[in-house]
Amino acid sequence: MNPETLALIGGAIVLALALGGTLGWAATRMPRDADGLVERINALLPQTQCGQCLYPGCRPYAAAIASGEADLDRCPPGGAVTAQAIARLLDRPPKSPDPSYGTTKPRQVAWIDEARCTGCARCLPACPVDAIVGAPRLMHTVIAAQCTGCELCIAPCPVDCIELRAVTAAPPSQPLAAGC
Amino acid sequence: MRFETAPAPHVVAGFTVPRVMFLVLLALAPAAVAHVVVFGPGLLLQFAVAAPVALGCEAAALALRRRPALPALRDGSVLVTAALLAICLPPLLPWWLTALGTAVAVLLGKHVYGGLGYNPFNPAMVGYAVLLISFPVAMTRWPLTGAELDWPTLARLTIHSFYSGVPPPDLSWDAWTGATALDALRTGLRQRLTLQEIRAGAPFGVLGAAGFVWVNLAALAGGLFLLRRGIVRWQIPAALLAGLALPAALAQALDPGGHPGALFHLFSGATMLGAFFIATDPVSAATSDRGRLIYGAGIGFLTWIIRRWGSYPDGVAFAVLLMNLAAPLIDRLTIPRIYGQTRD
Amino acid sequence: MQARRDFAPGLVLDARKRSTMRERIVAAPEPAQVFVLLDQGDGRRGTPCVREGERVRQGAAIARADDGPGADLHAPVAGRIRSIGPHENLREAGPGIVIDNDGSDERDSRWEPCPDADSLDPDDLIERIRGGGIVGLGGALYPTAAKLAQGRDRSVTHLVLNGAECEPWICCDDALMRETPGEVVRGAQLMLRACGAAKCTIAIEDDKAEAGAALEAALAAAGDARLSLAVLPAVYPAGAERQLLTAVTGLEVPQHAWPPAIGLLCQNVGTAVAIARLMRTGEPLIRRIVTVTGSGVAHPGNLDARIGTPIAELIAAAGGYAGAPRRLWFGGSMTGRALPDDAWPLTSAMNCIVAATAADLRAPAQAEQACIRCGDCARVCPAGLLPQELHRAVRSRDEMLLERFGLADCIECGCCDYVCPSAIPLVERFRQERVAMRERAAEAARAKAARLHFEHRERRLAELEADRRREFEDARRRARDSSRDGG
Repeated sequence: MNPETLALIGGAIVLALALGGTLGWAATRMPRDADGLVERINALLPQTQCGQCLYPGCRPYAAAIASGEADLDRCPPGGAVTAQAIARLLDRPPKSPDPSYGTTKPRQVAWIDEARCTGCARCLPACPVDAIVGAPRLMHTVIAAQCTGCELCIAPCPVDCIELRAVTAAPPSQPLAAGC
Repeated sequence: MRFETAPAPHVVAGFTVPRVMFLVLLALAPAAVAHVVVFGPGLLLQFAVAAPVALGCEAAALALRRRPALPALRDGSVLVTAALLAICLPPLLPWWLTALGTAVAVLLGKHVYGGLGYNPFNPAMVGYAVLLISFPVAMTRWPLTGAELDWPTLARLTIHSFYSGVPPPDLSWDAWTGATALDALRTGLRQRLTLQEIRAGAPFGVLGAAGFVWVNLAALAGGLFLLRRGIVRWQIPAALLAGLALPAALAQALDPGGHPGALFHLFSGATMLGAFFIATDPVSAATSDRGRLIYGAGIGFLTWIIRRWGSYPDGVAFAVLLMNLAAPLIDRLTIPRIYGQTRD
Repeated sequence: MQARRDFAPGLVLDARKRSTMRERIVAAPEPAQVFVLLDQGDGRRGTPCVREGERVRQGAAIARADDGPGADLHAPVAGRIRSIGPHENLREAGPGIVIDNDGSDERDSRWEPCPDADSLDPDDLIERIRGGGIVGLGGALYPTAAKLAQGRDRSVTHLVLNGAECEPWICCDDALMRETPGEVVRGAQLMLRACGAAKCTIAIEDDKAEAGAALEAALAAAGDARLSLAVLPAVYPAGAERQLLTAVTGLEVPQHAWPPAIGLLCQNVGTAVAIARLMRTGEPLIRRIVTVTGSGVAHPGNLDARIGTPIAELIAAAGGYAGAPRRLWFGGSMTGRALPDDAWPLTSAMNCIVAATAADLRAPAQAEQACIRCGDCARVCPAGLLPQELHRAVRSRDEMLLERFGLADCIECGCCDYVCPSAIPLVERFRQERVAMRERAAEAARAKAARLHFEHRERRLAELEADRRREFEDARRRARDSSRDGG
């Protein structure tokens, strides 16, 4: 191998190391759009605010995913769709939700059996989206349109009057078509 | 009383892919006949090799991909690829080169991408280009056309070359093959000969390249048939021919001694075949009407450039492949306006 | 059956209605039992306001529209309410009200003709139309009163009546225009009063010569300068609302907007006749003209039938089945929805019933293949879409591509399906994806609302906490001060 070839190869290696090292160093010094990333992950989460991921709400979990503290397979209400969407956003291999954090259920809303409700108001502060209306010793009811089905109100109720009901799909719509 | 249910529409037009492919093959027939008359029986031999190889490769690829083979084979698309390749290849090509080209076209030009409907490149052109670059001498060896054509001898030459790759002992390449018109044009212009001097050489006929002009005319007839039947739409052929003819005419007007002009280009080489049969492959072409105009014009223009300044005599194959690369971008930029959409 | 030879989109189809277009309207015999479905399309559902066992008179209200746009439903026959809810033998049709006809034809006392409709206040007129339960009879079932009121609110200037009937097999509107053109004109005048538009154009296709002549005569007799007739080429889907409006007025309805945005309003001619009848006799929407046809029917024709009549009885009224009918659908051959059972009842959405034999059907000649990007679908799409690109986007479920290529603008006309050489069921795919898109949009909206509620709650609790801490500080300070002062 003549000196010219050696010089060429050596130069190429030096150049590669220099450029790669510069880029790597620059990546660490560039301001990270951390907040923006958390927002984007949060936008993909179902906002059930159930806490099954062991974080107090969807945004804290999104922050944990962004910082690398938690993996993206912890959201049962989001299911596989959410896990894959987050994986695609972060350019990671997709992962199925981990069943140890809960099972993915079809859409459900809570319903209070008014015959059994005692008006103790213990479920009111439990709801993370304020979907239960009521006051002490007055009837409580769940605003179905606002309920995310997170099940956090079930445990506090002393008379077990809250149950979860599957949401029936709306009747299929007619085709738009002709009208002619 | 109970009934079967099925989604609308309950009546369809009944166009099928096999029917389209059949009509394309039918439209190729005049060009094939002209080819055989001018250049000898080579085309028939080439197709006799290309067709089974194509079908076999397609069946093998589908088996490897674990897809049902029969529906795909029945649609005839691979036969069209074989036919186009056979008609583009020199008739004297040895059978193993034809087989190689066909295998490359079907496997690397089509199935590697997912089969029918997914190939970004025209499969026949992929096969042709691979052969042209790898075997330049064999791929530019065309029989001489002109007064001394003796069809039976040409046939004997063809058959012998087809089987063994060399001419029969009593014939020689030099006596029976020569440069095509486009080839002579390229070499002559390189040597700074004037058009007059180049034209005086054998392969030039009245309109364009001798011999090739008949194939082009026949291909034009077949292409008009396809146009009439609605199998191809006018955008790509018209744009291609315009894209080729306009620069050629302009160049000739500016420098009459250095450029042969539009008519020559339109009726030599694979122009008409390209315009109506090759560039119109819908899978690899642009998809909107406006996009197709740009796509066709690009192929025509590139063909003229390659013919004028490129290293290969006929630029249609490379022009098609280059515009295949550009087709997705063209599609992106020429999305037609949706009803009610306001462009801002 | 060929694609148009010029560059405009759409298809020229075999109309399959030459013989039925010569027939007069025949009144179908009154059914012994009616089953009025509560679902009105697009998630609208009526709430029953009667009880089982109750006796109702013809035309009495039996279901009220729930929140949002919907229409009241009225009893098509007088009799006793047999059941409310899913039908025991026809659960798949959904919930409805079954009434046993007692044959008395006793009319509800609320039925009152309105002789001075022309001098009614437009809002009162709309209220009457609403009370009559009139809905769009072209197939979409949109409540007419709501549509007219919207038109009024947006100050529409041009009303267009859709008498195009472009789809093969359907000719009920043609029969209506041939036999009662005066009612069409009357309905047009009433609608003009209700929505406040300045002029009205009745649009028909050029293959309806007799109907056109009848309408011309009626228009001449009425002498109303605001009304006119427009004859359009018989191309499918000329009767699709947006395409029709563009053909008549030359204006284009903007994407993601409705016709009132450009001062237009479109209604079906059948709806106009229903309004005219409502004012003339007080009769609410309890019947409609329906074409009963197909090679599987012995005597195809146009029937005047009560809503809720079992389709089997309608077919019997048309001579019964002939040949070996294989498929039963309502609508035309391009967008018709197949029914699994002829016990299904007539709804106000059904303008045509087709009992098709094998001769009337043409399925794709082969199984579905890959798209070869021939572009024929784009050539015929009346909405200017690229179905081949949409197909690719639907397969990859790419939301950005779906939006760029305008899936939301697909009118589901079926033209692309018709021409596809690879036998791809495009309309089915698009319809499913549109439903999925709507569900995703609803899901996203719900998630956003939940997030906002959660964030609001967090702020509320934080404020409560801050208030509590402040009070605690204040109390501590007061205690300190008082102990310092006091001793």
